[in-house]
Amino acid sequence: MPAAIEIRDVHKRFGELQALSGIDLEIPEGEFFGLLGPNGAGKTTLISVLAGLVRADRGTARVMGHDVRADYRGARRALGVVPQELVFDPFFTVRETLHIQSGYFGLRDNRAWIDEVMHNLDLASKADVNMRALSGGMKRRVLVAQALVHKPPVIVLDEPTAGVDVELRQALWRFIRRLNQDGHTIVLTTHYLEEAENLCARIAMLKQGRVVALDSTANLVKRVHHLLLRLRLAGALPEELRVLEHGGTDGTHVLRLRSYEDVESALSSVRRAGSRIEEMELVQPDLEDAFVDVMRRS
Amino acid sequence: MSGFPTLLYKEVLRFWKVSTQTIGAPVLTAALFLFIFGHALEGRVRVFGSVPYTAFLVPGLVMMALLQNAFANSSSSLIQSKITGNIIFVLLPPLSYAEFFAAYVLAAVVRGMVVGAAVMLITLPFVDMEFRHPHWILVFAFCGSAVLGALGMMAGIWAEKIDQVASFQNFLIMPLTFLSGVFYSIHSLPAFWQGLSHFNPFFYMIDGFRYGFFGASDVDPLRSLAVVAAFLSVVSALTLALLRRGYKLRH
Repeated sequence: MPAAIEIRDVHKRFGELQALSGIDLEIPEGEFFGLLGPNGAGKTTLISVLAGLVRADRGTARVMGHDVRADYRGARRALGVVPQELVFDPFFTVRETLHIQSGYFGLRDNRAWIDEVMHNLDLASKADVNMRALSGGMKRRVLVAQALVHKPPVIVLDEPTAGVDVELRQALWRFIRRLNQDGHTIVLTTHYLEEAENLCARIAMLKQGRVVALDSTANLVKRVHHLLLRLRLAGALPEELRVLEHGGTDGTHVLRLRSYEDVESALSSVRRAGSRIEEMELVQPDLEDAFVDVMRRS
Repeated sequence: MSGFPTLLYKEVLRFWKVSTQTIGAPVLTAALFLFIFGHALEGRVRVFGSVPYTAFLVPGLVMMALLQNAFANSSSSLIQSKITGNIIFVLLPPLSYAEFFAAYVLAAVVRGMVVGAAVMLITLPFVDMEFRHPHWILVFAFCGSAVLGALGMMAGIWAEKIDQVASFQNFLIMPLTFLSGVFYSIHSLPAFWQGLSHFNPFFYMIDGFRYGFFGASDVDPLRSLAVVAAFLSVVSALTLALLRRGYKLRH
């Protein structure tokens, strides 16, 4: 069985900027995959290579076994992309937009699925409203619906929840999760790391056009060899603990410790210094810590 | 099934939805040209021996409106889509570059023909027109609007700003149309300008089109058709080459 996405040694340069420098990635069918990285890391360029919007200088990319250049029709039929930019065609209503998009994929009688997608994204009441009259959140929903009109087995969402309210975000993830359970492969880029941690089974982290980490989400978090101790003290923080301090606000100190054994010695230091602990919390590392760690080390 | 019929339908629906601007406005402009020039020159100029000036003017105006609107359709659609970013909706689906070309050019032909037919219709009550060879009328209307549709695509693909498309229209399309014999027969020109007009492909479109009405023209219609067909082939080949390379569309 071919991988849902297979990227081999993909390079892309825009003038002086080396946007992608030898990306290798394989995403099996049915996976919920996260593509993370700071701005300018190459996430959108990589997605654009898959979608045929950008042509790689070197290397190959396949979607469901279809080469994005040699068999572009097969590759594009297999792929649904929700672009990052909030774009729309001001000439048409929501329903017209979705019927037209569906027709581009050669689907003429697609009414039932379009109605289902609109229902799931809470767009049914806006079906006959012109795109210009929709709020930003509604336009975002239409972009998601447009990517789904041809029931693609692989769905790529490029920061779909940027600037979107909580209600839509939850509705969107419920729907995307359901599609994933039905067998669709999902690739997500987001700056909300909590979202990625909750949704993605596996994650690739990109920096300056290279994959700098690729593992299951759980393993990436496990790789973080520190934990954070948050303390509120009545009294000063002992001098020997100041080197471990890792942020904190008025009266609260956050200490970065290597292991649970260090918690004991930190607390002893506090006791010896005669300070009293008013509040204490041990914070487990999360994906954000893993991300910061990976970006700093690579 | 192919996405081509939908792209063609979308391009036609796009101009139809704003028909006041895309059909009404050019028809009004053509009507004003006819009434003003017709009023000023009727009775003073006769062309091809016996054709009154207003009757001579009508096919020229119809062709001018048809050409300019065919160009406007594909160029404005592409540049607007590029600027707003919604061009992505037609780049993501499995449409070939040839289907892309055919849809935009045929939509331009539809707009050109609709505007041309509307201009023709509103002039009929005022001018006694002949339609000697309707098939020549249709052939030149189709080829002329296809050429301008393809040129509009080239402009829309090349341009990055709306004013670049406007420059293309104002400094190339407009002069070539105005100097092609819309308002005059080139036989009324001095020899030098008459010779120069033969290098303007738009001249052959209008001259051949006019032959369809009066059965008389400055040049043999078959020669005009050969020039227009050759021009259409060259412009189409260039546009298809740009699309195939993904020039300014796929990076």
